[in-house]
Amino acid sequence: MTYTIAEKILMAHTGRAYRQAGRAYRQAGRAYRQAGRAYRQAGRAYRQAGKKDIKPGEFIEAKIDLALGNDITAPLAIEEFKKAGFKKVFDHKKIVLVPDHFAPAKDLRSANQCKILADFAREQKIENYFEVGCMGIEHALLPEKGLVSPGDLVIGADSHTCTYGALGSFATGVGSTDLARAFIDGKCWFKVGSTIKFIYKGKLNKWVGGKDLILYTIGNIGVDGALYKVMEFGGPVIRHLIMDDRFAMCNMAIEAGAVTGIIEPDEITLDYISEVSRSQGLKVSKKKIAQLKSDKDACYERTYEWDISDLEPQVACPHLPSNVKPVSKLKDIRIDQVVIGSCTNGRISDLRIAAKILKGKKIKPGLRLIVIPATQKIYLEAVKEGLAEIFVEASGVFSTPTCGPCLGGHMGILAEGEVCLATTNRNFIGRMGHPKSFVYLSSPAVAAVSAITGRISHPDEVR
Amino acid sequence: MIIKGKVHKFGNDINTDDIIAAKYLVTTDEKELGKHCMENIAPDFSKKVNKGDIIIAGKNFGCGSSREHAPRALKGCGIAAVIAGSFAGIFFRNAINIGLPFLESQEVDKINDGDLLEIDISRGIIKNLSTNQEYKTQPFPQFLQEIIAGDGLMNWIKKR
Repeated sequence: MTYTIAEKILMAHTGRAYRQAGRAYRQAGRAYRQAGRAYRQAGRAYRQAGKKDIKPGEFIEAKIDLALGNDITAPLAIEEFKKAGFKKVFDHKKIVLVPDHFAPAKDLRSANQCKILADFAREQKIENYFEVGCMGIEHALLPEKGLVSPGDLVIGADSHTCTYGALGSFATGVGSTDLARAFIDGKCWFKVGSTIKFIYKGKLNKWVGGKDLILYTIGNIGVDGALYKVMEFGGPVIRHLIMDDRFAMCNMAIEAGAVTGIIEPDEITLDYISEVSRSQGLKVSKKKIAQLKSDKDACYERTYEWDISDLEPQVACPHLPSNVKPVSKLKDIRIDQVVIGSCTNGRISDLRIAAKILKGKKIKPGLRLIVIPATQKIYLEAVKEGLAEIFVEASGVFSTPTCGPCLGGHMGILAEGEVCLATTNRNFIGRMGHPKSFVYLSSPAVAAVSAITGRISHPDEVR
Repeated sequence: MIIKGKVHKFGNDINTDDIIAAKYLVTTDEKELGKHCMENIAPDFSKKVNKGDIIIAGKNFGCGSSREHAPRALKGCGIAAVIAGSFAGIFFRNAINIGLPFLESQEVDKINDGDLLEIDISRGIIKNLSTNQEYKTQPFPQFLQEIIAGDGLMNWIKKR
């Protein structure tokens, strides 16, 4: 049998489930007369878990390496965990809690939710709880802290958990009850999805990057184009893409309905992992990482192959991330606000591109520019490199890390009729505020230049 | 499991921001969430729903965020089941985990707003009592049905 990288990771995490199901099978055997039905069920689980292969469509139980929750999803998980009468989490080192959505707390009720996280972290001795001042937007923070490695199986009660696929891990968004269950036994059920392969060829134009590639892809296949499936990104263009752009791509796999997006680890991944490991004092197995590849003749549901040499910056128009147009097709779309940040594009290279365009310029009078570095580390880098100064001098604001405006939480809510261009990931009706407001999605380059012109513009428009 | 109720019909790609806007994610109370269900796209929805009613929708129902508050808001405002052309992955697992019954059907176009339906979740049979039609669909695998029927994942784990 041959497998894709996603299938290999899932398979590698079903071993213990296999042994446990086996134990249940034998125990049930002893109580056969009393529990005939349980016996047959356990037997079925045993045979299923015992399979040495994995097939799309199959339901499996797998042991996870890391479970993540935030100030919106974890309180519900904690409530469920306690309501079910459980007292102790399965492993206090494998749970990550990040108050980032409505944090720093935007109001009293958000403050209560953040407090639930802090109290639970203290009570359960959870090592990876990141308080305001140490925190960042979770999907930028976890890779930066070295908490995710290639080959890991990660679940997060946040849909953009798929971001870590950029590291060659199988990472997927789940709900609060899934998280509560993972707190108990470190496991999760999965429906194995088939994999769609995306191959990008050619040479990227100036100002075109990972965000444009993923917007183009979603525009092509639609918001359910990869429903229940894995999106595997590859080809020569991806091999030259920096990690920040890879994160942006995998981050938005969910916007096409995918279980996850994934990129085979390569030298660029290894360099990133090595640097993070050095700074965090961790050990990594380069050999293990190098082996993480899809088999040559692995079975893909479908393969898309695109030459992107002519691709120009892409923009998703209201009210779906798949409503994508090249920037040159958008004439005279006036904007009231620009947001540069989020788990998609709040990384240092994003801020560098924006600062390069905004240096020595002023934004359009009357427009609001909100720049939000994704983590404290990125914040500090932006200050040291003088990027923060460029944004402030341009009449923008430079905020502490938060998801805030992306989901209409705080730090930039839209009023009725207002139009926003954001480097975020969703533009659903009312996503950033009033149900009659409008959100366009783009790269940091398009967002920065549009802040200067006051309408959606190509980065070449301003020199 | 048999569910009988009136239809509220929606289109394709109903996302979790539609089902419950993020500004209400400061509570875990189902009843409170239910009051704001579908608010951005159907402002009076929660007032129109009677306990036991059914949502019919097109493809990709529940796309977007992982917020489990979405299926909980549906439950909280009285929705007993959702039938859609397809469901987004995380909504799919959330609905199973909290025991919100649902079915996938390719015949949702034949069902109208206000129709009275009787659905058999475990057998995948949808009876339209208003038009006297019957639609068959694939019921969920045993594993998932046990979780739904047992009122969610946590109860399933406890029993195990």
